[in-house]
Formats: sequence, C-alpha cells, structure tokens
Amino acid sequence: MNQENILQPHRTGLRSWLTADVPTSRAQARASAWYHGWLEFKTNRLALLGLCILIALVLIAIFAPLLSPHDPLAQQLSNRLQPLGSPGHILGTDSLGRDILSRMIYGSRITFYIVGLVVLIAPVAGLLVGTVAGYVGGWADTILMRITDIFLAFPRLVLALAFVAALGAGIENAVLAIALTAWPPYARIARAETLTIRSSDYISAVKLQGAGAFRIITRHIWPLCIASLIVRITLDMAGIILAAAGLGFLGLGARPPSPEWGAMIAEGRRFILDHWWVATMPGLAIFTVSLAFNLLGDGLRDLLDPKSHGK
Amino acid sequence: MVNSADAVVSNTSMSGTSSLLFRVLKTIGSIAITMLGLLLVTFIIGRVMPIDPVISIVGERATKEVYDAAYLEMGLDKPVLVQFLYYLSDVLRGDFGISYLNGAPVAEDIRRVFPATLELATIGTLIGVIVGVPLGIVAAVKRDTWIDQVARVVALVGYSMPIFWLGLIGLLVFYGILGWVGGPGRVGIFYVDVVPSVTGMILIDSALDGQWDIFRDAISHIILPASILGYYSLAYISRMTRSFMLEQLNAEYITTARVKGLSEWAVVWRHAFGNIKVQLITVIALSYAGLLEGSVLTEIIFSWPGIGSYITTALLSADMNAVLGGTVVVGLVFVCLNVLSDLLYSFYDPRAK
Repeated sequence: MNQENILQPHRTGLRSWLTADVPTSRAQARASAWYHGWLEFKTNRLALLGLCILIALVLIAIFAPLLSPHDPLAQQLSNRLQPLGSPGHILGTDSLGRDILSRMIYGSRITFYIVGLVVLIAPVAGLLVGTVAGYVGGWADTILMRITDIFLAFPRLVLALAFVAALGAGIENAVLAIALTAWPPYARIARAETLTIRSSDYISAVKLQGAGAFRIITRHIWPLCIASLIVRITLDMAGIILAAAGLGFLGLGARPPSPEWGAMIAEGRRFILDHWWVATMPGLAIFTVSLAFNLLGDGLRDLLDPKSHGK
Repeated sequence: MVNSADAVVSNTSMSGTSSLLFRVLKTIGSIAITMLGLLLVTFIIGRVMPIDPVISIVGERATKEVYDAAYLEMGLDKPVLVQFLYYLSDVLRGDFGISYLNGAPVAEDIRRVFPATLELATIGTLIGVIVGVPLGIVAAVKRDTWIDQVARVVALVGYSMPIFWLGLIGLLVFYGILGWVGGPGRVGIFYVDVVPSVTGMILIDSALDGQWDIFRDAISHIILPASILGYYSLAYISRMTRSFMLEQLNAEYITTARVKGLSEWAVVWRHAFGNIKVQLITVIALSYAGLLEGSVLTEIIFSWPGIGSYITTALLSADMNAVLGGTVVVGLVFVCLNVLSDLLYSFYDPRAK
C-alpha cells in the first residue's frame, strides 16, 4: 500500500517526462524518441518474441558454464548415442558419448562470436564505401559502386567456399569469407542515404561553418545511416548464421572438437536413420536463432523503414 | 506495359531501335565487366592468397619435375599482371586446367556434372513458382487475415532453416521412415548409367529413350531435394509476389476497375496480376540463380552428382583448379541471370535508373 503510493507518482512522472511534447534537453528528446519507438515496437508480437528469444540465447551463451550439465568436450564412449531423455542427458549423447545439450549451449557462444565478428566487419566496410561514394561523387562514386555491383552479382556461398579453400579452414577465415561477400548491400544502402542527406540544408549549414568532408561524413552522415543499416543487419543475420553453419557443416568452419552447430549436424549425419536426434537437435538451435533474427528484423523494418509505413 | 516504356524512351530524343541497341551493348558491357571482376577475384583466391599456389594445385606429394612444370605453366616466374592475362586467356578458351584429383580437364568434368545441378534447380524453381506465386497473391488479396499470417510464417520459416538440415530431416522422414521417395543419388543403383546421356539430364534422357521405369525412378529421387530447394524459392517468391500485388491493389486504377463493377477475379488476375508479370519474371530469374548456388549444400546431403558436390569434393581434397573452375562457372551463370533480370526490370520500369 505504502509502496504503491510512493511508486505511482514517480512512474507517471517518468512517463510524462518521456512523452513530453516539448523536450527540454537533448537527453530527454533522445529518450523520448526511444520510448516512442519501443511503444510501437511492443505492438508487434512476433518481433517481440524474436527479441525475447535472442535475449534468452545471449544469456545462455554468457552463462554457458553454469547452465550446461556436462563438459561439452568430455567423451564417454561407454555412454555413446544415448537417446533423448536418458538419465543425465536430456537431449541424449553423440557418437563419442558427449552430452548434446551441453554442446548446444556452448555452441551458442561460437554462433554469437561469428555473428559479432561479421557485424564488426561487413557493415563498417559497407558504410565506409557507400558514404564516400555518395559524398564524393564523380569518378570515385562510379568506381566504388561498380565494384559493389560486381560483388553483389557474385554467388555468395560458392565464393565464400573458394575463399576458405584458399585461406584454410577455421572460424576466423570463415568469418572473413562471409564478411567479404556480405558488405555490398550495406554500401548500396549507405550510398542511397548519403545522396539524400548530402543536399539537405543542415549539411550546407555545417559546411558554411567550415566543416571538412571527413567531419561531415563521420559526424553528420554516419549517424543518420545507422537506422537503415541496423534493419538490414538484423535481416542479414539469419543468412550469416546459415552461411556459417553451412561452412561448419562442410568442415570448413570451426575445428572438430569445438561444438559448432553446423559441424555437429555433419557429425550426426552418419547416424541420421538410426539415431536421428544427434543431427536434429543442433539444427533446431540454428533454426531458432535465425528465426528470431528474422522476426526481429521484420518488426524493425516496419518500425524504422518509412517506405513500409502505410503498407 | 511495353507501350508505356516505349513512350518514355521516345521522349528522350533517342529512337526506339538505337536505344535498344544501346541497352543491349550496355548489358553486354556490364556482364563483361562483372565477369572480369569475378575472374580477378578467383585469380586472387587461386594464385595470390595461397602461400604456395603450385602446391595448392599439384598437391604436397608432387615430384620436383611436376612442381617445376606446373610452376612454369602457371607463369609464376612472370609479373602478376601477365599471370592474370594468362589466366584470363585460358578461361576464355574454356581451359580451367587439370584436376589434380582425377587428372581430367576441369572443363570436361564440369560439363559432365552441370546438367545434374541444372535439372535439380529447374524442378526446384518450378515448385517454387507453382506454389509461391498463388500463395503470395492470396496473401495480398486477403491481407491481414489468417491466410496472410500463415503465408508470412511459411516464408519466415523458409528463410530461417538451414537447408542441409532440412534435407537431412526430409531424408529421415520421407525416405527412412515413410519410404515414399527414393534415397540419395539420381536413380536407383540398378539404373545407374543405363540411359545414354544426351542432355545429361536424366529425366529428359530417359523420356527420350522411352525408359519410363527409369523416368519414374528418377522422379522419385529428384522430388525430395527439388521440393526442399523449391521451399526456399517459394519463401522468396511468395513474399515478393505479395508486396508487388499490394502495390498494385492500392493503386487508383484498381479502385476505378472496381467502381466500374468488374468482378474481383478480373480485378485481381487481369488487372493487378497482369501488371506484375515482368517484375515477377525478374524475381524468378534471381531465385533461379539463388537455387543454382543453394543446391551446393543440398547436393551433398542427397549425394547428387552436380556441381555443388563437385566443388566441395574438390575443396576437401585441396584440388584448387577444380574449385576455381566450378566457382567461375557458377559465377558466370549467376552473373548472367542477375544482369538479365536487371535489364528486364529496366525495360519494364524506365524509372529504375
């Protein structure tokens, strides 16, 4: 009773601060924009579901040692290929007697590691190429966009395969190969955004104040490209995860003992007809993560892409 | 639609034919430049990135003579630019080098395996179109109803499934448990190499030869992998169809047609669908290109002797010539389909560029 009385005015106070028509500070304006976005986002059930799944998976990845019942690498040959629901191994064991659930939990770390690295490389490279091409224009634009178009027309998976073939198998090389084939769409988007921003009044104002190209691009154009890039990244994430899993499945990604989901499927493939769960379970994990990213990306696109409003 | 495109073209001071010629030349030029880019990338992958490109081609156990011969043949003693020109002229003559794995010319191998992939991707695309286009249209017409939601989930699930895993599960359920379809491979073991190869596509070859039991067997083998590929192209095609249809259904001329008292059937199929046909063809071309590539992982699951299996087998035995040759061929088909669909689109919509 007492507590409610204290909390109630505070809560309405926060909400009215967030929804104020005339913000009094930059921080309030920014917080208010986020809050309104969140209110709209919340109405999309599927997107919310995607976000919840992803948060849960990130927590699982972080607390993997606490959550997994067994050591993901501990082999116990006397206990191999145990079915679902066997004592101590809810999801059974693989051909070397390793606990599948524990391996899947640790595998989430590898997945997020790969996704994180690709996200650090590809969009940044695309942003750089796209904004420079859009802002500088002329021959630089022509050449950079020609290169982008060329890369865009390549078969991504096959090219990634060839890259890994030359670089050698391994997670970092798989990441590099995926990133090398993933950047062109970001460059296209960044360039399109830059072209619309470049001719706006506030850029002219900043120019009159004496800002150079570097400052304009990094401080005034990049921040505005971020929204559409984030949508694209979220939608691409599923593709990145599937590509990484595909490389892992072919034995070109993570090295054998490590519990990468694609590699786990490859291992279970040999027993698919008799011991179906060994390959099925990690596949479900891949499916869950990429579905969550797709749901979230779909929702974010509705939220942030002005073109999809009204549809 | 062609009429409106012509109207705009004649406005731009160029006569119809010379603009057509210009566009064709531009397309050829853009295919050529893109291919040059692709070859540059494969050249870098094959000759610049490996620590020792000779070993990546002849293998580690090669004798000194073989090594030296390959070294000279690849022109590694010459400047990089000259090497690239050599590589270019080889590829243009259809010479992808010798496969270190089986000693045969890579080009010959590819000619042998490519029809299998083509067959698989074609049937897959057919399934994707036959199911995906009606699904997208229904989803657009019945927007925000349960049908639309189901179509949305079907597509999202398709985007999110690892294709090799779906193939495994399909094999487990439909072959292992239910026994409805043939197992891995293109035909049952008794029928291998029975039909004379004319086109390399076993469905066509067996039909030409009148061997209908082989034809039926081949169908039972191709139906599962093709359906799985088809599901992927279905996800993409149905989403694109839906958004194209929505764009048309929201247009004013549709309201006009409705006001005139046209039946819903005529409005949807004659007016709205009539206007998205060209856009759809470009999407189908893109998804076809995507399936040629997507079949890489599917082929491995189904032991399908196509270019995907060829590339990955070569990959695992470090047969670099075969890997690069396969990459170039897949890339060539991919690039051509890409550029053609772009061209088709710009014909349809003069506003695009």
